[in-house]
Order: sequence, then structure tokens, then C-alpha cells
Amino acid sequence: MKIRNNIAISDNGFVFDSNNGESFTLNKIGLEILQLLKDQLTEDEITAKITEKYDVDTTTFEQNYFDFIGMLRHHNLFEKETF
Amino acid sequence: MEKLKYERPIINKLQAGMPDKFGMNIGVKVISNIDGIPVSEIIDTYGSPTFVLSEQTIRDTFQEANEAFTTRYPKVQFAWSYKTNYLNAVCKIYHDEGSWAEVVSGFEYDKAIGNGVKGSNIIFNGPDKSDKDLEKAIENDSFIHIDHFDELYSLIKITSKSNKKAKVAIRVNMDTGIYPQWDRFGFNYENGDAWKVLNKIMLADHLELVGLHTHIGTYILTPNAYGVAASKLSELAVRVYRKFNHIVSYIDMGGGFASDNTLKGAYLPGKDTCPSFDDYAESITNALINSEIPPENLPTLILETGRALIDDAGYLVGTVLANKRLVSSRRATIIDIGINLLFTSFWYEHEIYPVKQVSEQTEDTTIYGPLCMNIDVVRSAVKFPLLQKGDHVIIPRVGAYNMTQWMQFITLRPNIVLIDTDKKMHIIREKETNETFNTQERLPKHLS
Repeated sequence: MKIRNNIAISDNGFVFDSNNGESFTLNKIGLEILQLLKDQLTEDEITAKITEKYDVDTTTFEQNYFDFIGMLRHHNLFEKETF
Repeated sequence: MEKLKYERPIINKLQAGMPDKFGMNIGVKVISNIDGIPVSEIIDTYGSPTFVLSEQTIRDTFQEANEAFTTRYPKVQFAWSYKTNYLNAVCKIYHDEGSWAEVVSGFEYDKAIGNGVKGSNIIFNGPDKSDKDLEKAIENDSFIHIDHFDELYSLIKITSKSNKKAKVAIRVNMDTGIYPQWDRFGFNYENGDAWKVLNKIMLADHLELVGLHTHIGTYILTPNAYGVAASKLSELAVRVYRKFNHIVSYIDMGGGFASDNTLKGAYLPGKDTCPSFDDYAESITNALINSEIPPENLPTLILETGRALIDDAGYLVGTVLANKRLVSSRRATIIDIGINLLFTSFWYEHEIYPVKQVSEQTEDTTIYGPLCMNIDVVRSAVKFPLLQKGDHVIIPRVGAYNMTQWMQFITLRPNIVLIDTDKKMHIIREKETNETFNTQERLPKHLS
């Protein structure tokens, strides 16, 4: 699961897809997760980092994380995956 | 080290310059309390969901409406529309403020009597009045608003047997320049039926014509339509006076004033488009005062306003049950308030707010109720903040019709709580239990 190379992410949560000109906004935690994904951290590593920093339990975060990943996939921000 | 406040991660696609059906994002409004009592305290005490009514708002709104009319017209009488909300506590507040009762069934009539309303202060409307109902209303000197010719003949028959006169009015339907024109209730003005029935009443030995009534529709956004209606009723009153030398005591303009809720499909929010009580009052009272009715014969103006008086006083408080993501990527939030409780969500885009600030972020969301039925949609498209399971929500402006038209469907009906003017909470209708239903059911012997 790798964020596509042509996806630009600004420090304030603005995301630009140069392939099709579409743009998105992230909230603060969304931005952090996207940056961690861009750095190729695994799901477990991301969960550990976020739950250590924010007041959230692992189960809640896990649900929210999967939902978020689903949205990134829906917006076509990942490299093509082969199943 | 203290951990930072969490909100769930979101990504929203930007569609600059494209208005969408989710409307303008104006930040996240929060309603944390009702009349100073925290919503979380209400839910902790009475459960989730719970209906909440504010006595202060009921009284304030009534006084605002009353002032709008009494400052413009010498004789004004409100009659509380029982069908809008017939909880005894609610009715008693309106009666305490000086309202009569306006009822549309034998059940409501008995409720009004039970609430201590004098028979002569009850207006009996509607197409469904049994002979027994009529006899009772005649006996109590109530005002019977005749809906159809069959009812007229029933009244003539009943009164011919007793020597007691029935005090009657007729309901008149008419073209007031708005759509839809209601014509299923009462007698039509334009085709002459209204005049025809007035003549029959005037010639009947035991019927006393006391009033003229109309109810031009519901959620009427055009105050001028009321002016047209008041003019037409005034014209009938003048004709009766000229032909029979009989003075009509009152003109009843019915209900139909809009509340600030937003109708489905409306381009602008109800708060920006609904006329004020002053707008309606100006239109109605001008028409009456400027009519041909001599000043000494001016009729009492009766108003059966329901929705606009009570809607703002009602709230539904509840809880988020779950969040989901639909195939379309739309966020779906399920709350424990469904269309079984919020009947008005069929025609309103109800506002729905969190009770505490959880995030400045919102997502395009569909809000579902808890029922296992596809139609249970409270809001099909709304910008909604990022609430988690267990967070509380509040839906304001639900005082009209929901507590009478609600359904016992799949779940039980919840507590209704009144916050009095001293900010004390009272249960005014207990939540239902399985026992509530079992006591009504009977098992045939072979199944028990």
C-alpha cells in the first residue's frame, strides 16, 4: 500500500493529484497518517504512533484507520495493488 | 505527557465553485443544553433518546403570537390545536395562557374536557364526529364546525329531538391564490356551497350560526393568502347580516402558520423564509378591519395556530449508534432517533447538531435512524461533524406533530420530559415498556 509518487501533500493538509488535477483537504490526523504512509510505515507502526500521541484507544483508531484507508483508495491515491 | 485530543482522520475532496446539495458549510454549531440543563444530564437521567419540551419557550412563543394579534385587533382568541401536541401537560400550559381547545375527534374532545376546559371553550372541528360526539358537544355548548352536508343533517336530526340549540359554524374552503388549494374539508366558497349551507343553518330551528371557519392549508409561506381568506369570510358574514339580520360572533382563521423548519427541497433555510407572527397578523387583521363589517359588529378573531406555537419548544436528544462508509464513499451515521419518532422528517430537513464540540471538520453524511427499514433516513445529505459511537446529538424544533404522529414500530416510544420555567425536569409521558403492549393484546385460547 504505497501512496502514488505524483501525489503532493502540503504541510497544512492540502493534497494535489497531478494526474487529474483533483485536490483534497485533510484534517490534522489525516495529514499525519498520510505522511506516515508516504514514509512507508506499516499499519501497526502507524497505530502505535497515533495512539501514543493522541487520546484514543487502539480499537477506535483501528476502525477509523480502515475507514480512512478506504477513502484514500476510493480517491485513487494509492499505487495500483495486485491481489 | 498528556495526550492530544483525538478526532478521526478524514479526507474531503475539494469541488471549488460547485454548489452541492449538502449546502453551505458554516462551521459546526453545537447545542449543549436546553434551558440551561446539559443534554448529557438529560440523557443520563431519562435515557436515549428522549423528547424534551421547554415550558419557557412554549409560553414565550404564545405570548409573542398573542401580542402580534392583540395589538392589531380588539377581540382575539387562540384555541390550542390538540392534534399538534395533545400531551396533557402541554395543553394545560396553553389553557393557562388563555387558549381554548380546538379538537378534531371524540378522543380529543374528551381529553380537553379532562384537562378542565369548559365545553363552551371547545371548538369541535373535523370530518369525524359521531352522533354521540355531537350530542355531547351540543349538551356542553361547544362550537361545532360543520364539515359536510351529512353532518348538517345529523345535527338537524339530533337537535329536533331535544330542545337544545346547537352552536354551529361552517368550515369554508376557498381559492386564496396558493397551491395546493385544500378542498376536502368544509364547503366551497366559490361554487356557492358555503352560502347554500349558511342559508340552511339560518332556516333550521335548532341551529345557531355563531361563526365562520377556514383552514387554508399547512406551512403557508404567503401571509397574503390569509388576507384573501379573511376577506372572503367577512364577505359571507356581511351577506348573512344583510339577509338575516344576524351577526356572526367569530371568524376562525384556523392554523397553518409555518415554523422555522426547512421543508425538503426548499432552496433557503426556513429561518430565512418563514413569515413572522406579525406578518400573518397584519394580513388577517387588515382584511377584517377593512371589510364591510360594521365596527360594532366586528367578530372575535379565533386562531388555531399549532405548529408555529410549539415546534421551537421541542427537542429530541439521542446518541450515535455507529458510523459506516457507504459504497459511494459517503459517510453514514446511525443514530437512535428514527422516523418512527421523528415523523416530520418525511417533509422537513431537520437540523441536527452535536452536543459538544468534537471537531471543526465535517463530512458529507447521510444520517440514518436505528430501524431495520430502508426508509429510515433522518437526513439524506448533511455536512456533519466527526462524531463517534456514543456521542450525543440533538434535533431542535420537533415540538409539533411528532409526539402525536409517532409510531410504535420496532422500538418503544421514549420518555417525554418537560423543563419548567424554574428549570426543573418532569416526565410528562413515561417511556413505553413491553408491558404497555402486552396489556392490550389477547391470545385466543388455542394459542395460549
